[in-house]
Order: sequence, then structure tokens, then C-alpha cells
Amino acid sequence: MTDFPATGRQLPDRLDKPLKSAVLSWESLLVLVALAIFIANSFASPYFLNEWSLSDMTFNFTEKALIALAMALVIITGEIDLSVASIIALASTMMGVALGMGADTPVLVMVGVGVGILCGAFNGFLITGLKLPSIVVTIGTMSLFRGIAYIVLGDQSFKGYPASFSWFGQGYVFWVISFELMLFVIAAIIFYVLLQHTNFGRRVYAIGNNATAARFSGVRVDRIKFVLFCLTGLMSGIAAVLLTARLGSTRPSIAEGFELEAVTMVVLGGVSILGGSGTIIGVVLAALIMGLVTFGLGLLNVPGIVMSIFIGSLLIVVIALPILFRMWRQRRA
Amino acid sequence: MTDPILTLTGITKTFPGVRALHNVALELYPGEVTALIGENGAGKSTLVKTMTGIYQPDAGEIRVGGNVVTLPTAISASDAGITAIHQETVLFDELTVAENIYLGHAPRNRLGMIDWKTMRREAQQTLDSMAAGIDAGIPLKELGIAKKHLVAVARALSVDARVVIMDEPTAALSQKEIEELYVLVELLKKDGKAILFISHKFDEIYRIADRYTVFRDGEMVGKGFIRDTPQSEIVKLMVGRSVDQIFPTRAATIGAPVLEVTGLSHPTEFENISFSVRKGEILGFYGLVGAGRSEVMQAVFGMTEVSGGTMVLDGKTIAPRSPADAVEAGIVYVPEERGKQGVITGEPIFKNVSLPSLNKTSSSGFIRMAEEFALARTYTERLDLRASSLSQNVSTLSGGNQQKVVIAKWLATLPKVIILDEPTKGIDIGSKAAVHEFMGELVSQGLSVIMVSSELPEILGMSDRVVVMREGLMVDTLDNNNLQPETLVRLAAGIAEEKAA
Repeated sequence: MTDFPATGRQLPDRLDKPLKSAVLSWESLLVLVALAIFIANSFASPYFLNEWSLSDMTFNFTEKALIALAMALVIITGEIDLSVASIIALASTMMGVALGMGADTPVLVMVGVGVGILCGAFNGFLITGLKLPSIVVTIGTMSLFRGIAYIVLGDQSFKGYPASFSWFGQGYVFWVISFELMLFVIAAIIFYVLLQHTNFGRRVYAIGNNATAARFSGVRVDRIKFVLFCLTGLMSGIAAVLLTARLGSTRPSIAEGFELEAVTMVVLGGVSILGGSGTIIGVVLAALIMGLVTFGLGLLNVPGIVMSIFIGSLLIVVIALPILFRMWRQRRA
Repeated sequence: MTDPILTLTGITKTFPGVRALHNVALELYPGEVTALIGENGAGKSTLVKTMTGIYQPDAGEIRVGGNVVTLPTAISASDAGITAIHQETVLFDELTVAENIYLGHAPRNRLGMIDWKTMRREAQQTLDSMAAGIDAGIPLKELGIAKKHLVAVARALSVDARVVIMDEPTAALSQKEIEELYVLVELLKKDGKAILFISHKFDEIYRIADRYTVFRDGEMVGKGFIRDTPQSEIVKLMVGRSVDQIFPTRAATIGAPVLEVTGLSHPTEFENISFSVRKGEILGFYGLVGAGRSEVMQAVFGMTEVSGGTMVLDGKTIAPRSPADAVEAGIVYVPEERGKQGVITGEPIFKNVSLPSLNKTSSSGFIRMAEEFALARTYTERLDLRASSLSQNVSTLSGGNQQKVVIAKWLATLPKVIILDEPTKGIDIGSKAAVHEFMGELVSQGLSVIMVSSELPEILGMSDRVVVMREGLMVDTLDNNNLQPETLVRLAAGIAEEKAA
């Protein structure tokens, strides 16, 4: 046994991480892209570089980005939730129903958030309790939740939300900082800490990298996934409150296409669609980029359908890029 | 003496964290069978992949018939006259036997189209010359595994291969089929092919090989003629030390029962399993593959639900419904499928080790990296883990070192009972010895070890008592006191003593 020394060797925590890897990270690339679009926008329109313009810009992404924060965790575990926009529709509808029954602002908020959590728990039960694939379950509940909204509302809409309720979507905390923006910043910090600095976050990554081995390592995989679907439900409920308050009305078609944009933010933010990797910082940067782009295109009077084409293309490109990059590296190796 | 057809010199191949082959040499002679011998992880498969164009060596030279060749693709290896018959032969189920034999080099007619008639006729001729008894016109999927091997051999003959690599060709064959394969090997020899025969079975090697080459830990450690070499010498070369020293002697004092399992049953996999493991004891579980040993262990670990039975740990009845419950109670499980169930590839060593112990290394749910690293270091260093740092990705470690990460992960939870399922399967001989030695250390510190193993020497060398299982039932529990390997094999296979003769 000459090749096995009896004395243990000291294993370093980590080898010196070269600065290069920090500079070449996906996040730093996103910062550059955001800066480039920012500069391009300021040249494209004289109205862009104005604190109120920039404040308006944030409304383009805050609601979707709130959902994207929770969606990031779901996608890191290797699952997906496509029902988020329909949860907004159902939560908003139920708030409208509550309004019709004479509810005031605190009750409205509780109804919106509560319906969101219940919808998320329903998804979570179908996925972890009955072991159904999340993509199938949430495509189903995507139709189900919005279908209920259509049955309740028909071709009508709820209007007449009280002013104190509208503040959630239209109010400013101070200067140009809206309540929505502030809420997003706080939520982003909470999700960052949750994912990067807690046992919960560590287990989320472990599940995404190998759910079987995580279960064999004593991680309660189903419990964590259930919590995550409740969390996307909660964030969708919060988004429903903000969006309903901002628009001042509820229609059954509310928030259509939000799920696609939330997923795009997550993937553009560097979260692997196959699970296991990604950061909240990346998702926040991606949200900012998408807000800048849609706002910039809006300043240039580009029609909405073109924006939709842009979002779709972006989603394909960011999913394809890492795969192409890996193929390129393998060919070189 | 004739010159070798194929000569490998100085072949070196390194993967991240593993040196799979180091300065390896091999010669294959026409009309002779060379046996390639080595433990799991000795580098045999890597060498085969290097010879068939799947891996590119980092250094070294491959000569075929005296000319230096490079084999950048599998096709180039086939063009150079090297063909391999694998454990799971790569053939196409939906095609006919003739098409499989002539795939890629089918005879053409004047129009450049495949000449089906000629192909069918020639394929049949080749098969008949082997006395294969196969109709060239039927789809391959209608043949059993042994007949498929024959087709693969026919293919080797039809492409005019000069070098035939047979990688454990008998693994899935019955005794009668193995005899048929021997006849084929003789046929190939007469035809002047150079054959590389990879096998774990010594009776086979002594039956058909002319020469041998022994690999250990990625190096060529010996070669010679089979007829001049006794088995014991080859075994010595394989393990690098004489056989009786492999297993450590243990000085653990065995105490009171720790885990008592009574009447454990599962709807389909096993029934009425009762055993107990005592403090400081290694309890071996022996049986054939599929006897239900792993299934019992996974039930004890809370991975699968049971339909009946009780488990008592340290006097308290437990009913783990998930691995998390079992770990909390003090039972941990090192799975057989290391890559799928053991380590979380894609994550660094320290995160793998700390995963079940996160509650210990954190404060109110918030991670404390310094404590995490300290925990990981303590346990990986106890196992002499070979890595460059604790942040190294586990996927870059060798199988043996990955196993050490799994064991370190569980030791950090301070378990009472540790279940090891085929703990040394597919790991290099050095890590194997380290794992065995460590098991001895564990029991001397008062842990209870349950070891599922299909390797008789391991069962006999390590266990205090042995439970034998067959077809989901417990056959017997035996004290490992002058226990004969034949007894275990007989019980596991269900051969009654009087019928054995």
C-alpha cells in the first residue's frame, strides 16, 4: 500500500478562483447588454433619459419579474409553472367578486394573495402528491384557472376599485420610486438570500442537479417542490393585486402571455431550463433588460405584435445559446 | 515467432481527475488469443475505446501491421481492421441478419444499388461456415443474445477484420452458449485474426487464451504466456499484493442488537425478512443479482413503502416513510448506483458532504460556509479523499473517490447503522482496500454495518454474519466461522446439497 500514505492531506476549501471566471460570467454579460440597450434607448428617444420615463419603464417588468423570482426556483429544481398568468386572472376575478360583495382594500389584498396561494397549492398537490409532470399539470391548470375567470366574468369586467387599493399599482413610496418597484427590490433581496444563503436554497439546487440522489441524501424533495409551487402561487397572487390595482379593472383576459415572459426572464437570466443552476442576480438583470427593450420599442412606436415576436425569438436564442456553446466546447476538446 | 498485427506503445489517457491509462503497451498476434485481465477500473474499457476510435489517446502510438495509424473515429478503426464485440453488441434489431452483417459495406450491383441477392447469399455462407444455424433473412430482433454474438462475429469475418476485441462476451450467456462461443473463437484463430479477450473469469481465460496482459490502475503490470503462468501469479499481478492480505483483520467487540427487523414484507419484491445487526458488527447480505437485497435495504432506508413488518432501532419502533426519516433515526444507505443515487454530480464535494447535515452547519436555516467546509474536510480527510480542493466538482472524481464522498456524507450525520450496497463495485483496487479498511474502523468505533455484496471474497472477508437471500426470501443466516464459499453459492442458487453432486 505504498501509494496510500497514512497521513491525511490538507484539502483546501477552494483553489484560487481566477478573476477571469467572474468577469466572463453570464451575469456580467447581462450587465453589458443592459448598458448597451440603455445607451441605445437614450439615443433613440429624447424622452428616455428622464427620471419619470425611467420610473414608468419599471412598470413594464415589475409584476412579471416578481413571478420570475419564484419561477427561477421552480425551474432550478427542474420543474416549470405555466399557470402563473391564469392564476393572476383567477385571483383578479375573485378580488372583483369580493369587491362586488362590498369588500374593502385589506380584504381585497387578502383575497388576491390567498387565491394565488391556493392555486399554487393545487398545482403542488397534483405534481408532488399524484406524481404528475409539472408541465402537463400547469398547462392543464392554465386553462382551468382562466376558464373559471371567463365563466364568472363572461364578456364583462369588474371596475370601481377603491383609491386606497389603486395605490398598490399606481402609488409612489417617495420621489419616482413606485410601490411596485420597491416591492420588487425587497422581494429580489429576499429571494437572493433564500436561494444563495439558506439550507432551503442549497436543497433546491441539489434537487435540480439530481433529484434522485437528493432524495437518497435525505432531502424531502416533494415537500420542497410543494412549497415552491405555493411560492409561485403567492407571487402570482401579489402580481394580481398589483396589476389589478394598476389597471383599475379586471377582465378575464388579464395578464395573458405573462407566463411566457416570466419564463423568458428566468432563462435569459442564466437559469438552466434543465435545472440545477442559475442565480437571482441574473434573473433581476434579465428582467431589467426585458423592461428596457419593451420600453425602448414602445418609445419608437413599435407595435405590440413585433414585441411578441421579439420575446419569442429571445426565448429560443437564450435556450439554444448554452447548448450550442457546450457543443462548440466539446468539439474543441 | 510471428510479428504482432497490432502494437500499442506508450498509450496515455487522462480524464479530469483520473489517469485512466498511463504509458500502456499491448501486442496482439495473428491466430492467438490475448486475455486482457484487470480489476474493475484498471483501464480495460478505456483501452478498448482507444483502440476502436471512441477515445483519442493523449500520447502513444498505435501500429497496425507495422504502420502507424490514427483512429479519429469508429469508422477509421473499422477501416484499419479493428472490430469489437461488446457486452451489449451494437447491432440493429429492426434490420435483417444479412443487413446487419453487411451494414456499411454491402455488395453493389452495376447501378450502384445494393445487391440484395448476393448480400443474402454471402451472409448465409458466412453464417453456415460458422455452423451458426441462423437464417440470414430474418430480423435480428428474433435472435437471442448468444445468436446476436454470432452475427457480430459473422460481421467481423465479413469486414475482414484483422483484430477482434471481445469485451466480456460471455457475461450474458448460458454454459452451452459459452461452449459455442469457444468454437467460434477457435474459428477466428484459424482464420488468422488477432483476438483480444476481456474477461473476469479465470476458467475462461485458461480455456481459450494463449497470452495474457494484466492491467492495474491504468498501467500494464505484466504479460506472458498463459500456459507458463499459474493463476495465483496473475491474481497477484491484478491486486498488487498477495490475496490473503486484501481484507483487514478487525478487532471490533460485538455488542447488543442495534437494529432488529422482523417480518418485513413488500407487495412484490420480498417477503417476511427478519434480521438483526448488532453494535460493532458487519452483517453481510449475499445473494444472486435480483434476489431482493437492495430492495430490502431501500425499504429499511424509507425509500420504498413496505406492506408489513416492524423495525426496532435502539429499542424504539421506527417506521421511516422517507430517507429523511431514516437519516434522522440514524440509518443511512450508500446506494449501489453511485452516479444516479449517491453523489450529486454537478455540485462540488463540500456541498455533497454537507447536504444531509445542513441543519448542523447552519444557524436558523442560514448557511455558514466555514462550518460547512470544516465538516466536509473532517470527513473527507478521514477517508483520504483524492481531490484538488473541496470545491472540486464530484463528477470529475474517479468512482472510488466518489464513493468516499458518499460515505463521508453519511458519516457526518453520525449514524448508528450504515448500509453499504455493493460498496466496492466498479471502483479501483486502492479505493477498494481503503473502503474495506474503513469498514473495519467503523465497527471498531461501535457502528453497525450492513453490507450487500455479490462478491464472495468480500462477503467472506468482511462479514461477521451472512444473510443469504434468494428470490425475495431469506434463506439462512450464517455465522462467518469457517464458512465455505460453496455453501453460500449453493444457498443463493437454491441447489440442494444432495442434488449438488
